[in-house]
Amino acid sequence: MSLSKQILQGDSRAVAKLITMVEDDFQSAQRFLEELHPYCGKAIVVGITGPPGSGKSTVTDQLAKYLRRKEKKVGIIAIDPSSPFTGGAILGDRIRMQDLATDKDVFIRSVGSRGHLGGLSRSTQAVVKIMDAMGKDFIFIETVGVGQSEIDIIKVSDIVLLIVMPGMGDDIQVIKAGIMEIGDIFVVNKADRDGTDRLIAEIEMMLHLEKKVKSWEKPILKTIGTQNIGFDSLWMEIEKCFHHLEASGEMIQRRKNRTRKEIYDLLQESWREMFFDLIGEDHLEKEVEKVSRQDDDPYHATERLISIFKENLFKRGE
Amino acid sequence: MKKSRIRVLVAKPGLDGHDRGAKVIARALRDAGMEVIYTGLRQTPEQIVETAIQEDVNVIGLSILSGAHMYLFPRIIDLLNERGINDILIIAGGIIPVEDIAELKKMGVREIFTPGTDTKRIVEFIEKNVS
Repeated sequence: MSLSKQILQGDSRAVAKLITMVEDDFQSAQRFLEELHPYCGKAIVVGITGPPGSGKSTVTDQLAKYLRRKEKKVGIIAIDPSSPFTGGAILGDRIRMQDLATDKDVFIRSVGSRGHLGGLSRSTQAVVKIMDAMGKDFIFIETVGVGQSEIDIIKVSDIVLLIVMPGMGDDIQVIKAGIMEIGDIFVVNKADRDGTDRLIAEIEMMLHLEKKVKSWEKPILKTIGTQNIGFDSLWMEIEKCFHHLEASGEMIQRRKNRTRKEIYDLLQESWREMFFDLIGEDHLEKEVEKVSRQDDDPYHATERLISIFKENLFKRGE
Repeated sequence: MKKSRIRVLVAKPGLDGHDRGAKVIARALRDAGMEVIYTGLRQTPEQIVETAIQEDVNVIGLSILSGAHMYLFPRIIDLLNERGINDILIIAGGIIPVEDIAELKKMGVREIFTPGTDTKRIVEFIEKNVS
């Protein structure tokens, strides 16, 4: 049986193998993704983001368990940072999801960011697609712990939850511009700690100042992840938000944006490969040398490389 | 783009509550450029095998201090066999008496690293034996 067929039947080994292929060698994986594409688009994708230590994994775990009680099938993509020096990574999100490990209807994949900035990995969108094709009803994407600008999660999710916690110094530091704007729903986790009410008040204040572009009023919910408190109401808000986005036409727009990003990323990837293929590494290194020696500036170097590219492109065309 | 990264599951089967050693190994493997999935304490054989499948790891590293290795390791290997998985390298470390080592190797544990092993040796062993 072909790999794609196995995946469509929900075979977890086949799914795991294709995810590895997507991560290591996208081009080889592409024909399988082509085969799976017609079966995608059914899953609802929920992004979970927030600063390190706010409880993203625990919240994801609790939401997944909630959905399992309703017999929904769940996929989880848990992203952790790769070392910029060695490329290695410790992927530890599963520590908070131990109970889900043997549930046949939950598929969890830990992913290293592998040099990709923005809080995701380069292949996240393809991994979503594979889990969608295997028949998951809901897919959670848990980003790396974010600071102030990792906002790629909105480009791949239907709905984004921003998880924050009280007591991280100046509370509002953790949710500055960018991060603050991407959450459809705010979750104040660890809400049994001191400072919860103050944090909620500060978020409320900020939301009042935010220009209301959509009619969706962003709710702020309290949860205590380790005690499974607050997740019924959180899920109700998620459903409400989803229906609202669908009714207002915003969901269609978001999914269209996602498609745009996907095509754009693929273009960029093939374009880049073609570019470096055509200019050749020697030329590039020569320019690096020249500019490092202060013999020339990077602007002229770039111009020269582009002319080489154009020249070789025409030659190849002939 | 086309280089595959070695993925290792560092797992602690059984009931002992100490994972300092496992964390040291995880860190060393990460520094060697590997992706290490660490799942925390007290994992059942079923959890370990299912995680290894979903994460598509090349290596399972089992760390155990409780003395239950002669019960837990064969269970893990049986489960892998049941699922038809034979392409994962299994190694182990922790408190494992010398007299058990030969038997564990016969079962399919490829190498056992006892306390005091230089982490470099473990890295080299993995790099050499993962195809």
